[in-house]
Amino acid sequence: MPLLRVEGLGIDFGGLCAVNDVGFQVEPGEIVSIIGPNGAGKTTLFNMISGAYRPDRGAVALDGEPVTGMAPHLLARRGMSRTFQNLQIFQKMTVLENVMAGCHLKERGNFLADLFSLPATRRRTAETHTTAMQLLERVGLDRAADKEASSLSYGALKRLEIARALALGPRILLLDEPAAGCNAVETEEIDHLIADVAKSGVAILLVEHDMKLVMRISDHIVVLDRGEKIAEGKPETVARDPKVVEAYLGIQTKEASGHALG
Amino acid sequence: MRLSSKHLTLLILAAIVLVAPLGFPSNFYYRIGSLIFVNGLAVTGLVILIGFAGQISLGHAGFAGIGAYACALAPQYLGLHPALAMLLGTALSAAIAWLIGRPILRLQGYYLAVATLGFGILVTMVLANEAPITGGPDGHDVPELGLRKLLETIGIDLSNAQFWYAFTGLFLLAGAWLALNLHDSPSGRALRALHDSEIAARTVGVDVARYKLSAFVLSAVYASLSGSLLALMNKFITPDAAGFLHSIELVTMTVLGGASSVPGAVAGAALLTLLPQVLTALQDYEHMILGLIMMLVMIFMPAGLVPSLSRLLRGRT
Repeated sequence: MPLLRVEGLGIDFGGLCAVNDVGFQVEPGEIVSIIGPNGAGKTTLFNMISGAYRPDRGAVALDGEPVTGMAPHLLARRGMSRTFQNLQIFQKMTVLENVMAGCHLKERGNFLADLFSLPATRRRTAETHTTAMQLLERVGLDRAADKEASSLSYGALKRLEIARALALGPRILLLDEPAAGCNAVETEEIDHLIADVAKSGVAILLVEHDMKLVMRISDHIVVLDRGEKIAEGKPETVARDPKVVEAYLGIQTKEASGHALG
Repeated sequence: MRLSSKHLTLLILAAIVLVAPLGFPSNFYYRIGSLIFVNGLAVTGLVILIGFAGQISLGHAGFAGIGAYACALAPQYLGLHPALAMLLGTALSAAIAWLIGRPILRLQGYYLAVATLGFGILVTMVLANEAPITGGPDGHDVPELGLRKLLETIGIDLSNAQFWYAFTGLFLLAGAWLALNLHDSPSGRALRALHDSEIAARTVGVDVARYKLSAFVLSAVYASLSGSLLALMNKFITPDAAGFLHSIELVTMTVLGGASSVPGAVAGAALLTLLPQVLTALQDYEHMILGLIMMLVMIFMPAGLVPSLSRLLRGRT
């Protein structure tokens, strides 16, 4: 059974059909990328799957259970985690606190116990402190742990957001353009990190503009154009698909295909 | 490191409360001190709501009014001891905050501000108009707490002003301790997270509605206790305690001191309680200078008194 199954998903914004009849599946440990030109509906699709938007049509199932339009904090409890295209960092908290907040489901407890700083609260805080430090090490931010998040560079914030998303201990991770605005070195670090996470059995759904990155790490690619799925398959199959080349370049020649995706 | 910063803050606050009386020439100063502590308690509650959770309330004096009138009315109509009346007021405020918080905390920004404003006005109207029970705009007597007499029998002899200084000081310290605990706890992180980005907080699993409500109820409890203490200290209360101006005053203290800072709450309360006393010497210009000082603080210390000053000190050393 696939971990995530999306079927016939669609949404309209004021009569404009933003996404229509999109469906695909993601298996545990698999990296599935969604690509398409600007405005193809990739982020909208993401927002529907992650509960930020309620879809008008179709269904999303996690581990066989229907979760269509479920609130994000309930999806988090079922193991779905995500990052955002335009960073959603807790700017006024420290780098460490950002990741500790990511451990919320493990560290949350009675509000009154927290108010009186009971031993249970202190133990939970100490545990998440350790977990968060390990995650920061993994993304190479352990030395910035006590800095205010707003003081970090863009590339570092991208990695911080991934660390926070991993803190949930997700079964499926949705990454919305994790390499956008990053330089070549940072992109490669993120590339390794994603492959590493997938290897540990986490399913990954990726939206990304960096075609090199997508072609290198994806197991499966879904191509969107104007809100509809136009192609799907292994990276090498998709790269040769004339419909995909047309969507990207507006022309349909073999040379263009080679230049665009080769 | 974080732990020691919490204890350091508490230690400094306790030292100020203890040492300040050494310079007090008269009972009047004890009274001003108590007023600072009473305001500081309500403002600490607002630091949790505004500074941690990022939710505004322009009606928190309404909860102070409920706490105050509970101490005035429950002893008379229910025969309760004033201390129990204070607890009753607290429970009532918490229950009302829970009930109204559920619908209105869905609102954001100025919509939330107007909704809470409405709540405060509603409480004032009820207190002012139900004259047969509350005494109306003329106010109502509040019975003696009786704790000072009790202390006297065990050999601790304090003047009335000294007793209230110590008693309200203890409440403020306890309130500050709880708020500082909360700040660095899992719940505190959830509140600060939803302040910075609600969608990201939801994504990591924070039940945003529930945490907003918890912060709202807790801050209502702080305001209610502050109102009760004021009533018991003055032995008299008028609907002004619940009024719009008092709500605004509390929010102003919160922002001036530094909305997300617990010691800032005390600094903000101290500034706005002391300044009018100091500025009376200027007579006609009092309000003008007060307004000017508030504007200057906000222009030159946009993060509020305590965060701006501590940043300045850290930069120098």
